[in-house]
Amino acid sequence: MAAELHVALVAADREVWSGEATLVVARTTSGDIGVMPGHQPLLGVLESGPVTIRTPEGGTVVAAVHGGFISFADDKLSLLAEVAELSDEIDVQRVEQELARAKAEDDAEAQRAADVRLRAATAGR
Amino acid sequence: MGAQLRVYKRRIRSVTATKKITKAMEMIAASRVVKAQRKVAASTPYAQELTRAVTAVGTGSNTKHPLTTEADNPTRAAVLLLTSDRGLAGAFNANAIKAAEQLTERLEREGKQVDTYIVGRRGVAHYNFRERKIAETFTGFTDEPSYADAKKVAAPLIEAIQSETADGGVDELHIVYTEFVSMMTQTAVGSRLLPLRLDDAAAETAGKGEILPLYDFEPSAEDVLDALLPRYVESRIYNALLQSAASKHAATRRAMKSATDNAGELINTLSRLANAARQAEITQEISEIVGGASALADATAGSDN
Repeated sequence: MAAELHVALVAADREVWSGEATLVVARTTSGDIGVMPGHQPLLGVLESGPVTIRTPEGGTVVAAVHGGFISFADDKLSLLAEVAELSDEIDVQRVEQELARAKAEDDAEAQRAADVRLRAATAGR
Repeated sequence: MGAQLRVYKRRIRSVTATKKITKAMEMIAASRVVKAQRKVAASTPYAQELTRAVTAVGTGSNTKHPLTTEADNPTRAAVLLLTSDRGLAGAFNANAIKAAEQLTERLEREGKQVDTYIVGRRGVAHYNFRERKIAETFTGFTDEPSYADAKKVAAPLIEAIQSETADGGVDELHIVYTEFVSMMTQTAVGSRLLPLRLDDAAAETAGKGEILPLYDFEPSAEDVLDALLPRYVESRIYNALLQSAASKHAATRRAMKSATDNAGELINTLSRLANAARQAEITQEISEIVGGASALADATAGSDN
């Protein structure tokens, strides 16, 4: 069996990333979950958090995902998110500004979203 | 220049200006259709995967969820009507409104009370003019809807369907929008969004006749369904908004194209009339000159004698 899974990371308005991977780690509501080829069919609810995708070439793709679902069957993995960004799409400076603003305005949701982005951006470097 | 000719010239000028405007609007609409179509295409993978997931939970578990089970005796329904903010789109809004009215009538015949939710100023104006009750309206984004707009529209609907019928909730959720079939064809359709018809949803997923695997739900089937269905409604509304926007631009393009064609025709007719008037003027002048000259000749011939 080919030890690869086909991953599609789709946001509501676009396909963010798709390709082959050997391991995908995502955070569900009940904890982190790692999916490798041959995993049993799975459907889970995602928390906002970074998603790590390991490609067969040994590279890593990190994306910030804000809520959504993970579904896996027949070595096809889909990550559905309302909003998803790859780590290299994230502008660290702007997110830091956003985080500061969210903290100042005491907006817990915006703060968490900015925090997730920041973590994903730093993890992808 | 004679008065007649001047009037024709003025009308030709004004029609030419109108033609320029409609031509520009046609071209703007044409470029927007392409953009809107691209957005529809970009949103398809998400909608497809989501529908697949919903079908998987719905068929793969014995969960009873208010959003998937039909009420024994549905008494209230919500209808979401998607129109546009601006007109100049031929029969686009009229068709959508007509479809919504037919659906409302049918639901009322079945003994259901109907709450109407409207997107777009045109639909709102139509209902307000007839002093009909509207549950909620949303305006200002129909040309280029974003996912955030879809969420805004979906929020009160999801709330209504989740609350008890006695407390102002609804049992069913219908949506009326204009489906973008092709550049030339857009049809207003009404469909039931909730409760979900699982066989319909299954038919929509890409693989026909494919057997869905038995999923392991994380954390549980109920929780997954709870989280999935609002997202499903949002994504369906988003898709409908995008299709409606694409259809509106296509309808505008067509309406403006025929306006441009008509203006062209009018210019042709007016030019012919202006030519005839100019010719008549010249003929008249010549006959006046000839008449004057011969009268003069007659007069001088008479004085010689």
